[in-house]
Amino acid sequence: MQQIINFIIKYKTSLLYLLLLLISLAFTIDSHSYHRSKFFNSSNRISGSIYNTADGITRYFNLNEENKKLVEENKKLRSLLFNSNIEDTVLIDTTKFDFTTIAGRIIKNSYASLNNYITINRGTNHGIKQDMGVITAQGILGIVEHTTKNYASVQSILNTKSNINAKIKNTNYFGSLVWDGRSYNQVKLEDIPRLVPLLVGDTIVTGAMSSIFPENIPIGTIKKYDLNVSKSFYSIDVELFNDMSNVKNVYIIYNKNRPEILELETKIANDQ
Amino acid sequence: MTSSYYYINFIRFALLVLVQVLVFNRLNFFGFINPMVYILFLYWYPIKENRVVFIFLGFLLGLSIDFFSDTMALHAASTVTIAYLRPTIMRFVFGVNYEFQSFKLSNTTRVQQITFLTLLIVTHHVMFFTLEIFSLSNLLLILKKVIFTGIATLILCLLFGSLFSVKKE
Repeated sequence: MQQIINFIIKYKTSLLYLLLLLISLAFTIDSHSYHRSKFFNSSNRISGSIYNTADGITRYFNLNEENKKLVEENKKLRSLLFNSNIEDTVLIDTTKFDFTTIAGRIIKNSYASLNNYITINRGTNHGIKQDMGVITAQGILGIVEHTTKNYASVQSILNTKSNINAKIKNTNYFGSLVWDGRSYNQVKLEDIPRLVPLLVGDTIVTGAMSSIFPENIPIGTIKKYDLNVSKSFYSIDVELFNDMSNVKNVYIIYNKNRPEILELETKIANDQ
Repeated sequence: MTSSYYYINFIRFALLVLVQVLVFNRLNFFGFINPMVYILFLYWYPIKENRVVFIFLGFLLGLSIDFFSDTMALHAASTVTIAYLRPTIMRFVFGVNYEFQSFKLSNTTRVQQITFLTLLIVTHHVMFFTLEIFSLSNLLLILKKVIFTGIATLILCLLFGSLFSVKKE
């Protein structure tokens, strides 16, 4: 017993180091599994409010540019509205809508690491829940991963863990959208069969398979495509519409039918 | 004397964390370079202090950076490593001088200081990016990130070091 205590006292720094290293490795590896990194995310109250304050100071610097973007988006939506067949005067029953949107602002963006997370200034108080889709006026941005009362952290599409259903516009060929960590304006679309006719410049949009995003939200255009190792599927480089280094205003989308879809899916999983 | 000591270190800790998360984590120089200047805390921290406390402080520093930057506990793992290895690195750089009671960082030559800082940065960055990328097939990516971010960190740390040079230790 004496020897053990002596041993511990003698090597206390090394032991402390090993202990702390193990703790941090445990946190890191633990959060590699889905939805486990509860503690280490920037949507917590302290960092959220600090980022919010910092954003309050810096937001004035690019107000002009933001306004331009919003006006551009309004213009697009206006022209859609004028050319659609819905009468403006007819009452539109919003309770019948499948998707609801909530507007928010990015208070912390990141795109330089391999697993990027974005913090937004909307949380459970505003009705944000886990697994809601986040988009901008230009295209898709990510999926809500954690929420606190006033903030939420969003798993960006620039995250090696991200995997989003996407398809080629006006077709029904879908694949999964992943990121290889190489460049912040480029993602990869995998699993498109080789018989699909492709052209450089084709538009990629979100697919109908996911219950998170509505169908046909723009993602990007095909920059380059190649057959993968097995020679039966394409590996497509997609250039994003969004400039991920410069995004501010976002919309969070909630699919009202999602709980129902999930219930069905778990039933199938249980039956198997 | 001692209370002002803790005071200074506490302020340094808080300021470095804030500067790191609010300024340097957003730099994204060339799209991927985010210098990690908070390493300076471990460089500046008094040498004669208790090692256990120092390792613990290193862990806390890394953890607070992780808290802000959604990096799980990667910063914590790498800072605790350099906090643990610091005496070894110092012995390597400064030789037996380091053992003397009168040893002061400000009394050493410029080259020695830079070597010491570089070794701290390299160890930290290798640890950090290896854990972040976590695959040997991306060895080139790890190397690229370590080298470029390391150079940026070194330059900024040296600038900060000369800006807030520690006169009394």
